[in-house]
Amino acid sequence: MATLAPTTPWTAGAKDDYRACPVTTLKVDMHAERLIIANAVMAVVCLLLGGIAALLIALTRWQVFHLLPANWFYKLLTLHGIDMLVAWMVFFEMAGLHFGSTVLLNARHAAPKLGWLSFILMTVGGLLVNGVVLFDNASSVMFTAYVPLKAHPLFYLSYILFAVGALITVIIFFYNIVVAKREGRFTGSLPLVVFGLMTAAIIATYTLLEGAAAMVPAFLWSLGILKDLDPGIYRNFFWGFGHPAQQVNLAAMVAIWYALAQMTTGIRPLNEKFSRLAFILYLFFINLGSAHHLLVDPGLSFAWKAVNTSYAMYLAVLGSMMHAFSIPAAIEVAQRSKGYNKGLFDWLRNAPWGEPGFSSMVMSIILFGWIGGVTGVTIGTEQINMITHNTLRLPGHFHGTVVSGTTLAFMGFTYYVIPLIFRKELKLKAWAKLQPYIFGAGMILVSLGMITSGLQGVARRHWDITFAGTVPGTVNITLAIFGIGALIATIGGIMYITIVLVSILTGPRLEASNMLLVTGTNNPLLESTKLTDEIMERPQNQPKGALVLVFAFLVWFAVYYLTNWWLLGRVWFIR
Amino acid sequence: MLAPERNWWKPMGRMEKTWLTVAFVWCVFLTIMMPLWYYMGKNNVPTETYRTTPADYGTKVNDFVAQYQTDTDAATGMPIVAAPPGSDVYIRAMKWQWFPVLQLVKGETYRLHLSSMDLGHGFSLQPVNINLQVVPGYDYVATIVPTSSGDFTIVCNEFCDVGHHTMTGKIIVVDK
Repeated sequence: MATLAPTTPWTAGAKDDYRACPVTTLKVDMHAERLIIANAVMAVVCLLLGGIAALLIALTRWQVFHLLPANWFYKLLTLHGIDMLVAWMVFFEMAGLHFGSTVLLNARHAAPKLGWLSFILMTVGGLLVNGVVLFDNASSVMFTAYVPLKAHPLFYLSYILFAVGALITVIIFFYNIVVAKREGRFTGSLPLVVFGLMTAAIIATYTLLEGAAAMVPAFLWSLGILKDLDPGIYRNFFWGFGHPAQQVNLAAMVAIWYALAQMTTGIRPLNEKFSRLAFILYLFFINLGSAHHLLVDPGLSFAWKAVNTSYAMYLAVLGSMMHAFSIPAAIEVAQRSKGYNKGLFDWLRNAPWGEPGFSSMVMSIILFGWIGGVTGVTIGTEQINMITHNTLRLPGHFHGTVVSGTTLAFMGFTYYVIPLIFRKELKLKAWAKLQPYIFGAGMILVSLGMITSGLQGVARRHWDITFAGTVPGTVNITLAIFGIGALIATIGGIMYITIVLVSILTGPRLEASNMLLVTGTNNPLLESTKLTDEIMERPQNQPKGALVLVFAFLVWFAVYYLTNWWLLGRVWFIR
Repeated sequence: MLAPERNWWKPMGRMEKTWLTVAFVWCVFLTIMMPLWYYMGKNNVPTETYRTTPADYGTKVNDFVAQYQTDTDAATGMPIVAAPPGSDVYIRAMKWQWFPVLQLVKGETYRLHLSSMDLGHGFSLQPVNINLQVVPGYDYVATIVPTSSGDFTIVCNEFCDVGHHTMTGKIIVVDK
């Protein structure tokens, strides 16, 4: 039976500075707390910058408005990619790594000064890249900066600073865990959430090294020191960074799914072995996925593309499909053990839908899996990529994964970080109840609008597709769906940022008194420790509903995937 | 979020096993589809590639146009080139044009060469919806058979600086 990490005495010493959390009974190192707050604040700042850019570029692609001139469209699209895909995500993950390696282990932060160095490097890098892109017209080179498209040298330098900063926190994460283990802060295995974060951290290590392999030569090339840089090789290295970076987001998001499920419904993982195995599959196979971006590149063989794009044998996809069962199943078992065990979906009807952590997690899982995951595997199929590469179907896919999935999960988690770490009362609770639904609904339309536009051949990163002359008129409708979705999602984004700012900037410091924010005064996290194997194994508590849900998912997956082969079969013969 | 019990290495339940098996079988199916299509399908990603330089490739394209030009496109002034079926046909990508206009015959085979004189570009044939990456220094050869006739547009779908969206080209396919 699961227990809280033992509360071994904190070594008394001048450097130690901690508080005990009244809700979780965990110890919170004050150094860690300040680092978490700083990184989380920067994450939200970057989300705000990227969000403003998002609104403006969406209103440009929506043909009715076609707001920005071309140069500003490409400039803000570059910023949007960097601020969202890199800065917002990574700052939030850094907060997560400081949190996971100390608070969740009852441990101290072993290297706070290095933590601040990391934060400063990342902040300087993040602000610098924003400045360079905004003020240097030659640096609108998109997040990918494909050589020989040349940006200002400071552009590459800011990437490098940011990446070095992030790498330092990743190393601190491992160091903190080693110190915690040595000092006996926890016994036995790491909690599953920390295990998931560690998966993210290991992937991040080689991701950032590959980022260096792409960006350091590009930096030297932009300075004129390096004369020749092969564009094909750069693409390979860049995606060695760019793709696994998204898998860092994936692993961190799944870890947060487990955390939110436990915090809001009191789950205990059905089988630790099953869940951990799924993370291990990410670890070993996900780095192959950089091939997804090179499937229609010259110079690479079919065998190389097929083995890499399929993560050897879709083994990383298998990992995600395992989580796709194990999380809903754990929620079902926890709910059934509370007595909601009539029929297949009684447990779901009686779930805490008003609790922002629960609703954002559920929306995140559904949108990530049903939209992001299914479209991702499909467009990542070697041949099918030929009818999708660089069309709007691509951003349609990753707005399903990193935005509807990861961003929504991070947003939901923030609402709990505010009382537990910032120690401020969460304000505008009625907004927080609605926000995940509004943001999620907007993102559904964004993804669907993009995917259906892409199916009609609309290119991504393109200011005005009507130049092409051949796109059908229905594109105006699908781009309008995308635009309307973007407006709704913007409202959701504004609500999120307002809730966060109002909560942390107003009101006195207040120790948290409750785990749940809206739906009750009970503490699901502590209740989960009372869920014994015996209760979980009772016949009426079996996750039959979750099994039905994953099979429904598989049917949708198969329909979408096979339809795309059919579409591919209709194009010109090509080899 | 909590530490697991000391020994968490336990056999999986019946439902986990069921789902794991089904999911794994699905993954195997996904894997098999690619080689299956590679050997049996008619729409595969080209792999034939040669090293080239912008200068060499430019010369080849000019020779090709000089040899087979039949007409000039009224709207753009671009040469229309109709090479005999089975031959090598060339398209040159550069900021911000696809050069020249190709005229092909439906149902015939061509070896289509793609390369760039400057930046990376994206060859996106619409409304057929075939998309290939064009990388400078690489001569990418696609063996194609047009299966429909009419005027087709080449859109650039890799960002290539501020005039990117104006970069369009044309392929004309005539019936036999």
